[in-house]
Amino acid sequence: MAIEHSKVELTKQDFVSDQMVKWCPGCGDHSILASVLGIFPKIGYKKENFCVVSGIGCSSRFPYYVNTYGFHGIHGRAAAIATGVKIANPKLSVWINSGDGDATAIGCNHFVQIVRRNMDVNYILFNNRIYGLTKGQYSPTTKQGQITKTSPYGVIDYPINPGELVIGARGTFFARAIDNNPKTLGDVCMAMANHDGAAIVEVLQNCVIFNNKTHEEVTGKDVKDDRQLWLEHGKPMLFGKNKEKGLILRGTRLEVAEIGKNGVTEKDILVHDETTENSGIHMMLAQMCPPEFPMAFGVIRAVKKPTYNQLFEKQMEEVKAQSKIKCMDDLLNSGETWEIK
Amino acid sequence: MTQRKLIEKEDVVVKFVGDSGDGMQLTGTLFSDTSALDGNDIATFPDYPAEIRAPHNTIAGVSGFQVHIGKKVYSSGDSCDVLVAMNPASLKANLKWAKKGATLIVDTDTFTQEAVEKAGYTKSPLDDDSLSSFNVIKAPITKLTTEAVKDVFTDKKSAERCRNMFALGMIFFIFDKGLEHTFAFLERKFKNKEDIIKANKEVVKAGYVYCENTDVLQVQMHVPEANMEKGKYRNITGNIAAAWGLLAAAEKAHLPLFLGSYPITPATDILVELCKHKELGARVFQAEDEIAGICSAIGASFAGVIGCTSTSGPGLSLKSEAIGLAVMTELPLVIVDVQRGGPATGLPTKTEQSDLMQALFGRNGEAPCIVLASSTSANCFYWAFEAVRLSLEHMTPCILLSDGYLGNGSQLFKIPKMSDLPEIHPPFATPNDPNYLPYKRDPETFVRQWAVPGMEGLRHRIGGLEKLNGKGSISTDNANHEQMTFFRNAKVEKIADFIPEQEVYGDQDADLLVIGWGGTHGALENAVKEMRQEGKKIAFTHFNYICPLPKNTGNIINKYKKIVVCELNMGQFANYLRMKFQGKCFYQYNKIQGLPFEVSELKEKFNEILGE
Repeated sequence: MAIEHSKVELTKQDFVSDQMVKWCPGCGDHSILASVLGIFPKIGYKKENFCVVSGIGCSSRFPYYVNTYGFHGIHGRAAAIATGVKIANPKLSVWINSGDGDATAIGCNHFVQIVRRNMDVNYILFNNRIYGLTKGQYSPTTKQGQITKTSPYGVIDYPINPGELVIGARGTFFARAIDNNPKTLGDVCMAMANHDGAAIVEVLQNCVIFNNKTHEEVTGKDVKDDRQLWLEHGKPMLFGKNKEKGLILRGTRLEVAEIGKNGVTEKDILVHDETTENSGIHMMLAQMCPPEFPMAFGVIRAVKKPTYNQLFEKQMEEVKAQSKIKCMDDLLNSGETWEIK
Repeated sequence: MTQRKLIEKEDVVVKFVGDSGDGMQLTGTLFSDTSALDGNDIATFPDYPAEIRAPHNTIAGVSGFQVHIGKKVYSSGDSCDVLVAMNPASLKANLKWAKKGATLIVDTDTFTQEAVEKAGYTKSPLDDDSLSSFNVIKAPITKLTTEAVKDVFTDKKSAERCRNMFALGMIFFIFDKGLEHTFAFLERKFKNKEDIIKANKEVVKAGYVYCENTDVLQVQMHVPEANMEKGKYRNITGNIAAAWGLLAAAEKAHLPLFLGSYPITPATDILVELCKHKELGARVFQAEDEIAGICSAIGASFAGVIGCTSTSGPGLSLKSEAIGLAVMTELPLVIVDVQRGGPATGLPTKTEQSDLMQALFGRNGEAPCIVLASSTSANCFYWAFEAVRLSLEHMTPCILLSDGYLGNGSQLFKIPKMSDLPEIHPPFATPNDPNYLPYKRDPETFVRQWAVPGMEGLRHRIGGLEKLNGKGSISTDNANHEQMTFFRNAKVEKIADFIPEQEVYGDQDADLLVIGWGGTHGALENAVKEMRQEGKKIAFTHFNYICPLPKNTGNIINKYKKIVVCELNMGQFANYLRMKFQGKCFYQYNKIQGLPFEVSELKEKFNEILGE
């Protein structure tokens, strides 16, 4: 099952494809690509053992820009295609790129299923809360009330939160990052690569043309300190310019508390445990959004659990070892047969 | 002891009918297996409702299993010589399939006023003369079964569960069959459940002895051994044969088999069967839906194994877009469509041939696929094998059309030796080949090479967008699109050079050529044979290669003045031929009742055309 490593040291250049990158100038996809190209050589696998799979949408052009084996599928089906790739050859490192329309609308079922099965894949969800390639219709993650081409009087749908979907499907890994923060984006992608099982990273990605500044209330320079909580395993969940704020649990719900106020000390602040199987706090973290809360970033959940592929290979080996049928001739002649002379 | 006449019969059709849950499928299978072991040729056809347990004693809940045994058997037979009816509803629903003079075995204990009315009779048909043209054996099966098992089971429910074995015992006596096979089966099936084994054995014996010791039966029948080719045989259903054909082809291609499927009647058994064979390396994935099934298969093919998916009509509709993706990416992919009555949910458990046009043309864009059709339950093995062979060697998706009749029906299968099957040679690229291009084509076959993830020096990207010829990068160039469309089509047409010519059975100068395709083969062949024996000049050709058609198809069609195309749809193959061979006139014979053809109706139609 182990994926073969490269004998030579690889660089970012080994993974740059000869295709012209055709995303709009200023699109958040550029920095996601740069982050992935940056971590692929660090992962250390042979170049040929990466397989990048996508669906349809702006983000799904991704495989063309990475010099690995790549497959550009059909709308919404990247997870299903990648599932076939990984089951067929578990010795590949499989990466999926998908947008919010691809993953949470037309392909939502496949998205939930690949998570629940704990298929050993790395899934980057580019969330720009809009259909970009079709020029600006609202998606399942678009905010309620927003005016778009197909919501001229405002969106009335309640939006989906991808993190809730992942944790609700008992996913083993969920992390969140921001396109304009390459360092943390790279770190999160690396954590994803190191996780065995379905690893989902939601990237808040900006579409400069059709949904510019959609994440501004979290990513804006003047608000980000108070609205971004960067999680670290084993560390108290603090945020704010001087880390003066933190999360506490009051009753069954989270609350923001200020250290030094109302007798709150750093000891009262919740410590992040990404590895706990119990998804209660993880779900609450995934749900947090302004104005009441900061949004949680980094690895929210990373739980160890056998992957679909480990279980699949194990079962196959066990059956092979026990079975008397070793080849087709054995099968054809098994059970009830008779000779006509 | 009654003196009974022993009649020799070339072939006999026996139909077991009862409430779903009465065990009719098992009873029929045990009778057909016993007959096969006795040397008879066999064909079987289960006829069951879509509901698992419809209301007790209603017509909707009737389940049946038809067995045709004989010296030579072409199909599961038209109407039956012996009908075993376990309750009034099953008699009512099936009497129309009994020949005049047929033997009817009925369980008189079930003909209560309530059950009779539930079946839609006003009064019991056993009490009037409505069955006077049949040889009715009125047996108190329930009572005698309960009596036979009284030492084992005291509760009514357990005892009555063995009723089917009583009927089976009776049938064994009528056809002079041994009970050993059934006993051995019971011992295997109910291992460690001694009481169940004992009870069932006692009941089979009781049924047998009941016929032997009473005078209910005036005749016994003997069906001669089949004159079959030497070799080792087994009984097989079309769905299991198809599953094994896929496995056999994977072995011959030295590749693992991948199946990504979603359960759907009547194709589910292919998935169920392949799930069992992890020992042979079958990588089976039960997907969340039909689309995920085929998409996972495409992903598997991209990763270098043979991706397959099994489905039925509604599932094929859902897979359309993905089939186009496989056409565009020029990857091997096998789609087995076990057709059923449509449209929409249609008749899930009944057979039909109405997915032909969907298989040929049911996709957006110009998206040619290889289309094959199996024509007997047993040859589903070979056509599944051929589907994999052509798909792999020509890097093109292939749709194999089976149907509910073939898939669920069973037949004798001469077990092949794997060494007699051809090797399959996928066109793999060579690692580190400096001249490799994803869409560089073989100049003869237009087939591209298959470079799979993990191979050194061949990294590339493919997908559903139009590709630049050769290099395979995205291209929206107008002329390139036309050229690539041409290549994809020419690649499929070229396959005609790699398949055998179409054969014709019967007279070269026949007055009528009968054309069929797929699962209707048995009935058509039987009808034509009988008519030739009656002195009619009639010929028959049956298609398994649908797209491309064999190269000599035009020659055959031009040779005959009158041609009739027979199919279980509104005339889809006839229209396909009209498109391919314009100006030619084709008669049609169509049936859309969810049932296979009957020999008698075919002969009637052929005689009518000949008389025109």
